[in-house]
Amino acid sequence: MNLKSLKEQIIEKTIFLCGVTSVLFVVLIFIFLAKEGFALFKTVHPADFLTGRRWYPISDPPQFGILPLILGSLYVTFGATLISVPIGVASAVYISEIASSRVREVLKSGIELLAAIPSVVLGFIGITTLVPFMRNALNLPTGLTAFSGSLMLAFMAMPTIVSIAEDAITAVPKKYKEAALALGATHWQAIWRVVLRAASSGIVAAIMLGIGRVIGETMAVMMVTGNASRMPTSLFLPVRTLTATVAAEMGETVQGSAHYHALFAIGIVLFVITFIINLIADWAVHRKSK
Amino acid sequence: MVNNGVKIEVQGLEIWFDQIYALKPLNIQIKDKEILGVIGPANSGKTTFLRSLNRFNDLNDNFRFKGSISLDGKNIHKDIAVGELRKKVGMVFALPIPLPLSIFENVVYGPRRHGVNDKNKLEEIVERTLKEAYLWDEVKDRLQVSGMKLSGGQQQRLCLARTLAVEPDVILYDEPCSGLDPISTAKIEEAMSRFKDKYTQILVTNNTKQAARVSDRTAFFLMGDLVEIDRTDKMFTYPSDSRTNDYISGRFG
Amino acid sequence: MKHNPYRTEKIAFSLLFLATIVVLLPVILIIGIIVQKGWPAISWEFLTAMPEKGMREGGIFPAIVGTLFLVLGTLTFALPLGVMSAIFLVEYAKDNVLTRLVKLAIINLAGVPSVVYGLFGLGIFVMFLKFGASILAGSLTLAIMVLPIIITTTREALESVPQSFREVSLSLGVSKWQTIRYSVLPHALPGILTGIILAVSRAAGETAPILFTVAAFYLPKLPDSIFDQVMALPYHLYVISTQVPNVDPKVRYGTALVLLLIVLSMNFVAIVLRSKFRKKKKW
Repeated sequence: MNLKSLKEQIIEKTIFLCGVTSVLFVVLIFIFLAKEGFALFKTVHPADFLTGRRWYPISDPPQFGILPLILGSLYVTFGATLISVPIGVASAVYISEIASSRVREVLKSGIELLAAIPSVVLGFIGITTLVPFMRNALNLPTGLTAFSGSLMLAFMAMPTIVSIAEDAITAVPKKYKEAALALGATHWQAIWRVVLRAASSGIVAAIMLGIGRVIGETMAVMMVTGNASRMPTSLFLPVRTLTATVAAEMGETVQGSAHYHALFAIGIVLFVITFIINLIADWAVHRKSK
Repeated sequence: MVNNGVKIEVQGLEIWFDQIYALKPLNIQIKDKEILGVIGPANSGKTTFLRSLNRFNDLNDNFRFKGSISLDGKNIHKDIAVGELRKKVGMVFALPIPLPLSIFENVVYGPRRHGVNDKNKLEEIVERTLKEAYLWDEVKDRLQVSGMKLSGGQQQRLCLARTLAVEPDVILYDEPCSGLDPISTAKIEEAMSRFKDKYTQILVTNNTKQAARVSDRTAFFLMGDLVEIDRTDKMFTYPSDSRTNDYISGRFG
Repeated sequence: MKHNPYRTEKIAFSLLFLATIVVLLPVILIIGIIVQKGWPAISWEFLTAMPEKGMREGGIFPAIVGTLFLVLGTLTFALPLGVMSAIFLVEYAKDNVLTRLVKLAIINLAGVPSVVYGLFGLGIFVMFLKFGASILAGSLTLAIMVLPIIITTTREALESVPQSFREVSLSLGVSKWQTIRYSVLPHALPGILTGIILAVSRAAGETAPILFTVAAFYLPKLPDSIFDQVMALPYHLYVISTQVPNVDPKVRYGTALVLLLIVLSMNFVAIVLRSKFRKKKKW
């Protein structure tokens, strides 16, 4: 009997320890990024790092300005958001408000499948079909552009936006809509004026998480955006994002070199950006529940 | 073992949930093998009182209490492990809650967890308790059928058998017939009457007639206060507090 | 022209429908293209042979095996950790600062970019703990990445088990852990399984976290121990589609098809399992 309760105590302690590991991992991620990344700032001033316009890590002397990379990420993200938010929210409305329940299940499963396609497969399809198509359709010197990246990423953000926005819309109490309908509004007016407004916090969270997904996406964007590390000037030119820089260059750096540390410093930037985005999304969700 | 026929002694028990004062200072003695009916309107503290006897209020994070409860002279918070307490003080809930297991496995759920694994012994337990709960004849040929397939009244008797299977001394009923039809209710009440020589029983009910039919003594709770406790026949004919009279005669509640 | 709300509604609904099509059409197109162009490449030999001629011909056997090892390794770490973590949150955690911190940490883990996981894995497992680029380092990195998926789905599954089951068990004097073990976990199992399958499919398809922690560019042999590097399907697809010129397109599409089949079939199973679980729920 005592042995049994001892065993249970051990199990419960283990459960408690496992429970808090998530916090430990977040802390560890930050510590290890900082440990390798902050070493860069012994030689490069953080301000120069963030606002420098030249990323020439292997020239002599090397230059570690990530402004073009930040802008590259922003261009791609901006384009992807512009495409995915209206379409994503619209299809969330369709799925939750208009589709019959059987159709809804099928559509939701389809969206889950889209979310499941590995990004490297999307990138592969991107370079084999989208990129040549863009070059021909828009008569560009190359189809490897920020716009191609935006299109790719828009579809990768779609499942996140649709599923979270759909949850938010479904969570709006039925009586709101019924009240509007009872006052003679059409179904569409009820959706547009009442339901969407009531679900706005959840939709904001959906958009933020979609953006988070886009900024952090690596493989597909690396494969279709051309990776030119110059200051971007147009959506229709090659750009290089923060994530692609890390993924593409880490394999070729010498461990402990300034370049190596610089890539970790980019990791810190990415970590902080997504951390903030997640906080905002979380805040939006909790504002809703009050 | 029992002090002057007192099974459970409650002294100065007060209960809070967060800021809500749920039970005002309560002193009550529950006699061995009696049926105590507990009546009162919603939020009168009767269920809170009941759930303090098997330490079920502990499941609520905001629960705080003062005072003491003893079972057979032992303080239930200090001298008895909570698992042992709940084995001795069984509970039947308001709605029948069969686990999604066979009838057989529902009954032996408790014994199995407490280390009984011998097949013959388990079969013996099942037969004994189902007979005690008046269910044996209806289910003896289909013990492997899911407990969820039974009717509501049968389910509640299955839950009763499951409670009996861990051999309690005391059985707490938390409005056990609130979801049942009159025939099923009668069967439960019949079982309770038959248990009188074996168990101490405490019946919380919002059906005053049920308390009148079944219990030896009745306690009336109102807004966290024990207004009155007396022999059932006396309470239902000459209540000493006018509020009791109002409640029994259906003027509120 | 007079404003007609019913015509507005018709137009709006058509647009919403169109948007849904736009979201879903690519799924069908992508799967269609890859199946059509990749199917001719699939043969027993393609699946079980080593790559040849600088990966331009031959099979993808070591990449399949590598992905299998990584998935198994990931599960070994993430499964117990994720399930126990969810049990902590649902069954034990009180509403306090620590619990809120844990929940916030899980949300943030779910949002960390996959390439940052790669950096983290490189920093801690490959370098600091000196595992080198290895199955061990890669599995641990992937495990931390899929942890939020397992925790979230397991939490949902545990929360869907009625509170009354726990109360019944506790009322019989059964201890808290035994209650969880016998009255909660069995009924949450299908939901937990769904989460595990989703996590596996994610781990099988990710590239960025394994780039610097395990993936080998070209390694035509099977691993001997967990400290070996391996090839992996997603990285292999990346390599043959961007790093190696003149690869037979059939080989590329074939590799993409195998990867897609593995990932999507697991997701399909998860979806079916979940909908069965929801329908069959007996309480």
